[in-house]
Amino acid sequence: MADRNYFDLKIISPDRIFYEGKAWMVELTTSEGQIGIYKKHVPLTAMIEPGEIRISEEEGVKVAAIHAGFLEVLPEKITVLAEVVEWPEEIDIHRAEEAKIRAERRIATKDPNINLHRAEIALRRALTRIDVAQKK
Amino acid sequence: MASMRDIKRRKSSISSTQQITKAMKLVSTVKLQKTKTRAENAKPYFDEMYAVITSVLAKSGNIDHPYLKSGSSEKKAVIVVTSNRGLAGGYNSNVVKLITAGELEKNKLEIYAIGKKGREALEKKGYEIKEDYSSVINSPLYQDAKEISAKVLEEFTDGKIGEIYLAYTSFKNTVVHIPKLLKLLPVEIDLSKVSREEALTPMNYEMEEEEALEIIIPKYVTSIIYGALIEAVASENGARMQAMDSATSNAEEMIDKLSLQYNRARQGSITQELTEIIAGAQAVD
Repeated sequence: MADRNYFDLKIISPDRIFYEGKAWMVELTTSEGQIGIYKKHVPLTAMIEPGEIRISEEEGVKVAAIHAGFLEVLPEKITVLAEVVEWPEEIDIHRAEEAKIRAERRIATKDPNINLHRAEIALRRALTRIDVAQKK
Repeated sequence: MASMRDIKRRKSSISSTQQITKAMKLVSTVKLQKTKTRAENAKPYFDEMYAVITSVLAKSGNIDHPYLKSGSSEKKAVIVVTSNRGLAGGYNSNVVKLITAGELEKNKLEIYAIGKKGREALEKKGYEIKEDYSSVINSPLYQDAKEISAKVLEEFTDGKIGEIYLAYTSFKNTVVHIPKLLKLLPVEIDLSKVSREEALTPMNYEMEEEEALEIIIPKYVTSIIYGALIEAVASENGARMQAMDSATSNAEEMIDKLSLQYNRARQGSITQELTEIIAGAQAVD
């Protein structure tokens, strides 16, 4: 498609610059739901929820797992500040499966000492990892 | 003049010390390389975070949020980042000096120590050590920074502390490390550098601005703490490398001096022996 408009996308995590390049669309989950962003989007700041991030660039679509952070959208530039972000090949699927079982057990016990909110986040994180890893 | 045997013993003790300092220098050089790359990799995240927080605050000019003003409590928390191990020249004492020689009043401070050396020094001077996170400094993770920032922010929102400071050593380059005392909360950002145009561009938030600040500021504090931890580790290794380098060359100098003394003493004893033999021979004649 010739009419694709590319914008600058930068995904930064505390340890590295995860991605830097030109993309024509990026999709991810924010606190208000899933969004897809094209060039010339209205300026926006949003919180990221655990989920996959899909980067549509010239050569195709790249998928990664993203767990927390926020993004700043400007008409020509999108910056994602992610606390944890991983490519599918970096995910240890066995660990993720274990984490999923652990989180499910914790939620199932209904023990008042357990922070349910944290357990739910852990479960979502594990599910995202498993989900993204299977798309390798 | 010291006897030949004394000089020899001294020389060998210095040269074995030199071997240790040389080895430590090599080790810290390797560690410095590693930690330096980590510090450099962490920089873009922090810079971007700072840019975002500046623009958020610039756009939301007169927002009234507890994170933006000092709490009512007189207590101040200081997070002190030092190392667990010594032999790093003035690295640890410079950070401690920031607190003891600064304007902060001793009895109003609560210390959150990261690094055994700083904790010990401040404990001895009678500061109140509130929390000790010394184990994280060996290999700081983002998760650790998150825990620490969650803890201090909780104290802040509970009104137990009014301000939060951070003392650490910033890593400029391999030879320049600057001890710094930063104010973390209330957030104080120099808005004069933001251009008018940028400040006027409207920004939309998915949630209320206050709510956005509620989430972004803790992330900002975490990222500063994480950046400080990583830079401090790089600085520690840099400082140790320099200290060990100068210790090695000092040892070299001392060995040179002692060799000269030893040779002189040896020559002296030979001359004396000769004089004695000649004197003895003359006495026989």
